Amino acid sequence: MPLKLVPDNTNIGFVKLRFIAFALTLLLTIGAAGLLAVRGLNLGVDFVGGLTMQVEFAKAPAIDTLRERVDRIGVGDSALQEFGNDRTILIRLPLPEGDQNAVQRVVGKVRTALEKDYQGVKFARVESVSGKVSDELIKDGLLAVGFSMLFVAAFTWFRFEWYFGVSTVVALVHDVVVTLGFFALTQLEFDLNIVAAVLTIIGYSLNDKVVIDDRVRENLRKYRQMDIKQIIDLSVNETLPRTVMTSVTLLAALLALLFLGPEVIFGFTAAMVLGIIVGTYSSIFVSSSLLISLGVKPGVPPVEDKRAAGAERIG
Amino acid sequence: MLDFPKWKIWSTWAVIALCALLALPNALPQSVLDGLPDGLPKSQLPLGLDLRGGSHLMLEALPADVEKAKLEALEETVRGELRAAEGGAIGISDLSLSGNRLSFSVTELARADQAMQILNKVTAPLGLGASREVDVARGSIPGQIILTPTSAGIAAAVDSAMAQAVEVIRKRIDELGTREPTIVRQGATRIVVQVPGLQDPEALKALLGKTAKLEFKLADVTADPVEVAAGRAPPGSQILPVQQGGQMVVKRRAIISGDQLVDSQVSTDQNGAPAVSFRFDSTGGRRFAQATTENVGRPFAIVLDGVVISAPNINEPILGGSGIIMGNYTVASANELAILLRSGKLPVELKVVEERTVGPDLGADSIRAGVIASIVSVSAVALLMIVTYGRFGVYSVLALVINVIMILGIMSAAGFTLTLPGIAGMVLTIGAAVDANVLINERIREEQRKGRGVVNSIETGFIDASRTIWDANSLNIIVAIIMFIFGSGPIKGFAVVLSIGIATSVFTAVTLVRLMVSGWVASARPQSLSI
Repeated sequence: MPLKLVPDNTNIGFVKLRFIAFALTLLLTIGAAGLLAVRGLNLGVDFVGGLTMQVEFAKAPAIDTLRERVDRIGVGDSALQEFGNDRTILIRLPLPEGDQNAVQRVVGKVRTALEKDYQGVKFARVESVSGKVSDELIKDGLLAVGFSMLFVAAFTWFRFEWYFGVSTVVALVHDVVVTLGFFALTQLEFDLNIVAAVLTIIGYSLNDKVVIDDRVRENLRKYRQMDIKQIIDLSVNETLPRTVMTSVTLLAALLALLFLGPEVIFGFTAAMVLGIIVGTYSSIFVSSSLLISLGVKPGVPPVEDKRAAGAERIG
Repeated sequence: MLDFPKWKIWSTWAVIALCALLALPNALPQSVLDGLPDGLPKSQLPLGLDLRGGSHLMLEALPADVEKAKLEALEETVRGELRAAEGGAIGISDLSLSGNRLSFSVTELARADQAMQILNKVTAPLGLGASREVDVARGSIPGQIILTPTSAGIAAAVDSAMAQAVEVIRKRIDELGTREPTIVRQGATRIVVQVPGLQDPEALKALLGKTAKLEFKLADVTADPVEVAAGRAPPGSQILPVQQGGQMVVKRRAIISGDQLVDSQVSTDQNGAPAVSFRFDSTGGRRFAQATTENVGRPFAIVLDGVVISAPNINEPILGGSGIIMGNYTVASANELAILLRSGKLPVELKVVEERTVGPDLGADSIRAGVIASIVSVSAVALLMIVTYGRFGVYSVLALVINVIMILGIMSAAGFTLTLPGIAGMVLTIGAAVDANVLINERIREEQRKGRGVVNSIETGFIDASRTIWDANSLNIIVAIIMFIFGSGPIKGFAVVLSIGIATSVFTAVTLVRLMVSGWVASARPQSLSI
């Protein structure tokens, strides 16, 4: 007998829990926004400009001594951070003023100084981004996230009805804010890769919501006499095996990447794992229940879906 | 729904076979690939710099520099044309290059109209429909003429300067002997240089960071040392720093420039120290000979990017059209200068605004970790699917594997680059494919529970799920396209894989799985479903 993560005929009263869920969602969103406001994001050089060097040492260096050593070179305030293991250190420096070779001089100075004091040191990665480029990258990132949300809202509105669009976008904003809050909390570096992660989270969270919305619409048409709360509960429960199975499968794949994958994508996968959990939560508890508050009623079916109607005739 | 016409079955498998063929070169070593007959796909999926190691540099030119260079060129034109005017040279004074315009006064007021005519003619747009690149107008002072490059003129100048810069950069990188550099223009004023596998980008950056504008200028020996110490040069002269320290007064106008060089090599001076030799083309050689003949016994300055690198005395006329630059060179620095002179000057100064360098070891570590993680990921997904859906799970996993092969095949053929975020994108595509199959299988389960027959359940399952899959993936495609348009660097790489992956995963997870299921239903005629 095949495995079933969710038993047949599960019937959980999600709608009953909606006010608790709304409160929790509000709390999470405000908490995450607060964290963002207070702690801010640990923006990578992609977004603030500057210099990052990933340096590999033969044996673990004492961070304080190393910081002192780097500061003594006189190339600005350094920020040091372990990266993956205690032998690999990420050194962040402000972008030096001056001509185009200023960055090279700084890298050269640090390289010479460290090679002298630490045997077998290797510079695995060097990244420098000027302030002008980083400003553009911020703008591009915000545009990408903003436009995604906008198009998603427009598409859902067009394909379904306006209230599906509203409920989806509200849930998406929650997902994005909570993910950003997580980065404010952990102070994991927020770079371009994380923007890609946020966009993907939007994509997946959306998937979940579309699947449930599809079912809600179908059931609205099917059961014209049924109470809207019952329809939502029915739809969420009917799609629950799929929601759980997909999320569990994705999490399994992502956890493998998180723990076994290269250090460079740790932040990316961490964001994704959190995003899947948050997105699944908001699909089950928030976006569908929100439809009730937005005043969706059965019996007055939303715009007839032509393809679905055709499909029913064949079936 | 489960009836597949023959042509559909064949075309489905043909598409898959084609993609597999395109993906095949990635599994073959280079030696085997070289031996393949022509006509077979040979291109392997190129790995991004984050995976194979290398340097990514973004260089930016300031349009203001180009504008300045354009005005300087304009000054040359004005002087030349007016000197060669009909009825004798037209004298000019008060020439100034300030702001974004060139202004001067014609000394003989009566000839101002003639000067206007000449300048209007030489600055007339070339070709039909071309817009004016320079506006010529009379100034408020009698006899004054003002030339202003138009925005179209500046844009054209920037464009040609950048195109030229790309060529110069290519020459310089080729001189370093690096393999497969990618040099592309980005936007109006940027150039992206990617050099894979480069251990030490310092040499590269040293080469790219220099304009290498070489000029030979006569020293101004008449300048008053007190004035010079105060930073004031006599009219027509300028004070330039000297590489070895100190400063020097030279005539503003160069007697000859590096544009006329045809070759430059490392050589040695009479003491055996490294030096750089150069040779002019025939016109340059003649001018050099003439200038040195006229100025025997006086010092001149060899100026590189506004710094005097050598200031020898002209002991005798130099007639052979070649010469040697001596300075405190090492073999390496002499070689660098020789390369710079050989490849020509950059028409505009370039600034490194973004650099990403990954050491080859780190890249290799990333690949290894990425591959292990992907294998574990896919295995976990496969296990879950098979345990949960039995036979239908096996079909889904088969479709997943074919999906990955198709993505690799399409990316190889289209020449996209696989980056680390790309690998992450592939894993997520697998997620999308899994989701499609989960949707289908859960629908079939539901229909079963409602008591429908085998064929009916499967058909309804596919139809109902297809609608949802269509909706969800359309949205994902929208997000992927937006990522591609607005994203930069890593986001773009991710978006490419995601877009291709969404298309192939719908194909494999829906069409292919349905094909396999229909084949099984037709041949085994199952009475019940274990799903």
